[in-house]
Amino acid sequence: MAVSFKETLKTKDFIVTAEAAPVKGSNVSKMIEDIELLKDKVDALNVTDNQSSVMRYPSLGTCLLVKEHGGEPVLQITCRDRNRLAIQADLLFAYSRGIDNVLCLTGDSIDVGDHKEAKPVFDLDSVQLIHLVHIMNSGKDLVGNELDGAVDFCVGASATPSSDPLEPQLVKVGKKLDGGISFIQTQAVYDFDELRSFVKVIRGMDSKVKILAGIVPVVGARMAAYMNENVPGIFVPQYLIDELSQTPKGKGVSKGIEIAARMIKQIKEEKICDGVHIMFIGRESRIPEILEGAGLL
Amino acid sequence: MIVAERKPMEEIKQMVAPYKKLLLVGCGTCVTVCWAGGEKEVGILASQLRLARQAEGKEISIIEATVERQCEKEMVSELRDKVKQVEAVLSLACGAGVQTMAGMFEETPVFPALNTTFVGMPEQEGIWTEMCGLCGDCFLDRTGGICPMVRCAKGLLNGPCGGTRRGGKCEVDPEKDCAWVLIYRRLEKQGRLDLMKKYYPPKNFRAVKRPGKIQAVKA
Repeated sequence: MAVSFKETLKTKDFIVTAEAAPVKGSNVSKMIEDIELLKDKVDALNVTDNQSSVMRYPSLGTCLLVKEHGGEPVLQITCRDRNRLAIQADLLFAYSRGIDNVLCLTGDSIDVGDHKEAKPVFDLDSVQLIHLVHIMNSGKDLVGNELDGAVDFCVGASATPSSDPLEPQLVKVGKKLDGGISFIQTQAVYDFDELRSFVKVIRGMDSKVKILAGIVPVVGARMAAYMNENVPGIFVPQYLIDELSQTPKGKGVSKGIEIAARMIKQIKEEKICDGVHIMFIGRESRIPEILEGAGLL
Repeated sequence: MIVAERKPMEEIKQMVAPYKKLLLVGCGTCVTVCWAGGEKEVGILASQLRLARQAEGKEISIIEATVERQCEKEMVSELRDKVKQVEAVLSLACGAGVQTMAGMFEETPVFPALNTTFVGMPEQEGIWTEMCGLCGDCFLDRTGGICPMVRCAKGLLNGPCGGTRRGGKCEVDPEKDCAWVLIYRRLEKQGRLDLMKKYYPPKNFRAVKRPGKIQAVKA
């Protein structure tokens, strides 16, 4: 039986979560393999919600699989695809099936995904979603009706330490903290000075919130350049690009794993923040190598 | 003002393909200003249609007209005699204008030659930008006069998403500014950043009961 994430956040010195990306299709066997492989190696598996606006197996369904296989799921909910009725209904269903961690996100734009002509919803934003979960935690729905059977979610949010300009982003994070969150999962970070100053600002606003640094292994210089150019909120520094470009052909993934492990080790040893969230989309089965390299297995 | 663009020529040609006698009607207000459906554009489209039919070896007779405001019944009614002479009408107005025409002359098919895109303003010569989403619950007092409902790609009310690009550009389009960065800068300039730090609850998306209808009281 997995330890509840709520408990882990209170008791564990260094928290490790990993992202589980649902498949495109109904064949869930690979997801089950990944869940089985990772469930006892990380503190929670965080399941994406139509990630990058690409239609996939649902976050809720994948969280159920995590639960059924003895893992601890974190349900990601974005505001892009559901209005306030649908989100509340999903939260009730999740809680009734033992899924009680939720990461509240705005969601990527429809324009970056594979259904570019879809109607974007954004009935709520991520701050309103955080408030909504707390209203439901108090036993009511958004308009004040009593719920027959309350919920008790552990609430998290995301943040982008490398935003440029940073100030408007920090105002938003402040509103998320005011709304009541137990953990923050950051967008991928590579620059530790940036991360340190971000953590310092957050600590100034809220001393208790747990901050998990987002780790996305970069598996090649070209991927790094692509990310810098195309993935908003991510910036891979030149020294890492240089290190990757000196890597022999075919060794990119191993190098990316090695760098990620090294980063996690440094975050832990220097106590830069409270833990990490590893996002290695499509290569979930290689996450144990990162954990091993970081001395976490 | 209402901003519109002309539909692709192929689409227009297909809509009016079965008809030999057409009335092309422009509108002298918004769509004249945004170069989409004024007297000049009516003339251009009429010439293009005549040439296209000629190239196909088919005949067409086109009457050209432009009214001051195609969204007003009184102004549209002056076209009655012209409508009687044709098989179909091609309207170069916004959606409201097309529907006013279609409602006034129910016996005759009325087709839209434009795509109505948004309510906006001319930013510079030839460039119009969206400014208002017609939500019926104006929020501009809290955002330094910058509407996050339409100028933020996601219509967020409590600050920027995590996708802001370097230099404060939008996740969706690096050519466009992040509305929340603009709002932050304007409120900062006015010493009113406390407004951005406030929590705004979910918006009332039913402030205008669709379809919208207002009974105004005369002053």
